[in-house]
Amino acid sequence: MNPQTVIDLPTFEALKDAMGADFINELVQAYFDETPQLLTKLQQALESKDFDTFRQAAHSIKSTSNSFGALEFGGLAKELEMMGREARLDDASGKVKLLVANYEIVHKNLEELCHG
Amino acid sequence: MANGSPGRLLVVDDNKVNRLLLGRSLEQQGHSVEMAENGRQALEMMHAKPFDLVLLDIEMPEMNGYEVLEKVTSDLQLRDIPIIITSALEELNSVVKCIEMGAEDYLTKPVNPVLLKARIGASLEKKRLRDQQRELIRKFATSEVATDLETSGFSLGGKFVEATAMFSDIRSFTTIAESQTPAETIELLNTYYTLMFEAISDQGGVVNQMVGDGLMAIFGAPLVQADHCERAVKASLDMIGMIQLLNVDRKAQGKAEIRIGIGIASGQVIAGYTGTTRRATYTCVGDTVNLAARLESHTKVVGKPILIDGATQSSLSGGIKVEAEGPFQLKGKTIEVQVFSVPLDQKK
Repeated sequence: MNPQTVIDLPTFEALKDAMGADFINELVQAYFDETPQLLTKLQQALESKDFDTFRQAAHSIKSTSNSFGALEFGGLAKELEMMGREARLDDASGKVKLLVANYEIVHKNLEELCHG
Repeated sequence: MANGSPGRLLVVDDNKVNRLLLGRSLEQQGHSVEMAENGRQALEMMHAKPFDLVLLDIEMPEMNGYEVLEKVTSDLQLRDIPIIITSALEELNSVVKCIEMGAEDYLTKPVNPVLLKARIGASLEKKRLRDQQRELIRKFATSEVATDLETSGFSLGGKFVEATAMFSDIRSFTTIAESQTPAETIELLNTYYTLMFEAISDQGGVVNQMVGDGLMAIFGAPLVQADHCERAVKASLDMIGMIQLLNVDRKAQGKAEIRIGIGIASGQVIAGYTGTTRRATYTCVGDTVNLAARLESHTKVVGKPILIDGATQSSLSGGIKVEAEGPFQLKGKTIEVQVFSVPLDQKK
């Protein structure tokens, strides 16, 4: 991922302003709690070809990631959501792996933004 | 102000971040907010306590937004609660489907706080207006008619129903009115109507006309009742009983006692809303209704307070005693009608 666009700063700052600095930490913590679970769900759904669960998990990741300004990461999740919707998961494996790897980068960047 | 008054809101989203985000924004705008993680939980909460508005996600495990909408719109208790769909922009097709299913509005995620405030304000205001309207209908129509209006919507035009019609009238009311002040007369009428309404609605009947000192009630419409004949007769006995109690009071105050006559007939009636779309009333017409009016009038001739027709009499279970008064040629009827009286003392 392009380091500059891991987290879109204007989006993140706007959210922080609207919600308050204390609350943004709580929000990010909820994101850190939920996203790994959703990634696991996504991987399991891929293996079992459970299109509905796959779509739902990708949808959820996309939705919250975009809220924080993790736009590129969210965009990747959106592609997976579409693949789930169209029930074509044959080429999804590589994208899922990329999503899991990129989450680590998003996590690190968000953490720095909160405590930096 | 449209955007000013706080509401009780329910946020339904499987994603905790979304719930926190929306919940926080709404609380900042002064609303009280509760959260549900899926549709099933949301429905349970909606049944448990009143909400002014629900913000509903579409994609959810256990029970998704469509299923919630379907359940809510077919539930009399819940269907007036406005639902705003929260969804991602690319789900526009889903949003259209939700609006068609009865959702009030939609918001795209991530939710813009300004838009959120405007949409929530407008929806709450609309709900307030609807609640006021409902309150007015409840005040000016009977609860049965209001329920019928709410379930089937308002449409002029009628249908045939099996029902029992009742007419009741105060005997020599003009004489009574002349012997007292206008204020006393109005007070008497109000007391009379209060008592009669109570007796009639206790038996599931509907008073649909009041003219002067007379009233018309219907049993078995708009809500169907299998035992409408029996209910009407029981109500008439209760009505006389209440008048007797009222007379004890009036006698003690040195006032003239009142007497009423009641006519009851059963059969097919045409029921519906008559009038114009601006002002309409639920009413019943037809031969059965005319017969009930004639029987009421005939109580003066027979000298018995409650008269019923043969159709009503034959539908009564054994519990109510009646006496045959014989066939009568009533005004406006070409054939003779079997008339029965209902004795006030049913215990003998």
